[in-house]
Amino acid sequence: MEEAGIPTIVYGSARDILVAGRPPRAVFTDYPLGHSVGRPFDQQNQRDIVRAGLDALTSITEPGTILDLPHTWDELGAWKTTENNDVADTRSPRGDEPVYQVESDRIAAEGG
Amino acid sequence: MSSNHQSVSEPISYMANIKERYNSLGYKPYRWYHAEEPPALTPLKKPLSACRVGVLSTSGAYAIGQVAYFYKDDTSIREIPKDTPTENIHFSHITENYLVNPRKDPNCIFPIDALREAERDGTIGELAPSLLSCMGGVYSQRRIREETIPELHARYRAQAVDTVLLVPM
Repeated sequence: MEEAGIPTIVYGSARDILVAGRPPRAVFTDYPLGHSVGRPFDQQNQRDIVRAGLDALTSITEPGTILDLPHTWDELGAWKTTENNDVADTRSPRGDEPVYQVESDRIAAEGG
Repeated sequence: MSSNHQSVSEPISYMANIKERYNSLGYKPYRWYHAEEPPALTPLKKPLSACRVGVLSTSGAYAIGQVAYFYKDDTSIREIPKDTPTENIHFSHITENYLVNPRKDPNCIFPIDALREAERDGTIGELAPSLLSCMGGVYSQRRIREETIPELHARYRAQAVDTVLLVPM
């Protein structure tokens, strides 16, 4: 994208994968996967993270910079412990048919 | 079990954990993407308040009425119109365990409300007519390189965006 002249910002929650991928600019939020742009139903938190990324589009000038945002999911980092994070990387079977969130979505897509 | 070396003050080592898990399951090692080239960096050409902003979410987001994703290397793209009601944004992604909260509030992973607000208050010039989405759990780096990326480039060119926000899950 950048080589095609389009500046980008990545919003990541897996810091090691960000480092390996070497994006031009990134903001890192140390939250469980599935929350790269904020906590559920917390508009202020979502706004803060999204706007931190927008700001980083102009503030980051050194290629490959990862800006660590100050937000923490819980005070003690308890979500990272084994018992709370053991569901990580539980993958669904790999099939060829679309998997709808709810059955009525299938009807909406097929009947549409 | 895989996070037994985890310090609570450090970010989680997802790559090491998955390596360990694959190893214990007797799978071939997962081949992580490592960028070989240092990144290029293109500055914004105009103030953010004048920019048309594109979005890519790899969370498997779709709007009700659209076809969902399948889980075996689905490289396809959905365009979610920017006026889609937030509750009509649903998800299908091979790692469904990360979708518990996004399925309650899509904004955890698909920042549509915060960006509509940024458009309204003039922080950004405008949001592109639609936000793009794909299902990030594709195991073939070749197919991403040869199918998804060129298609994304074409769509963003067609949208004439000035910048793209990339939101992986």
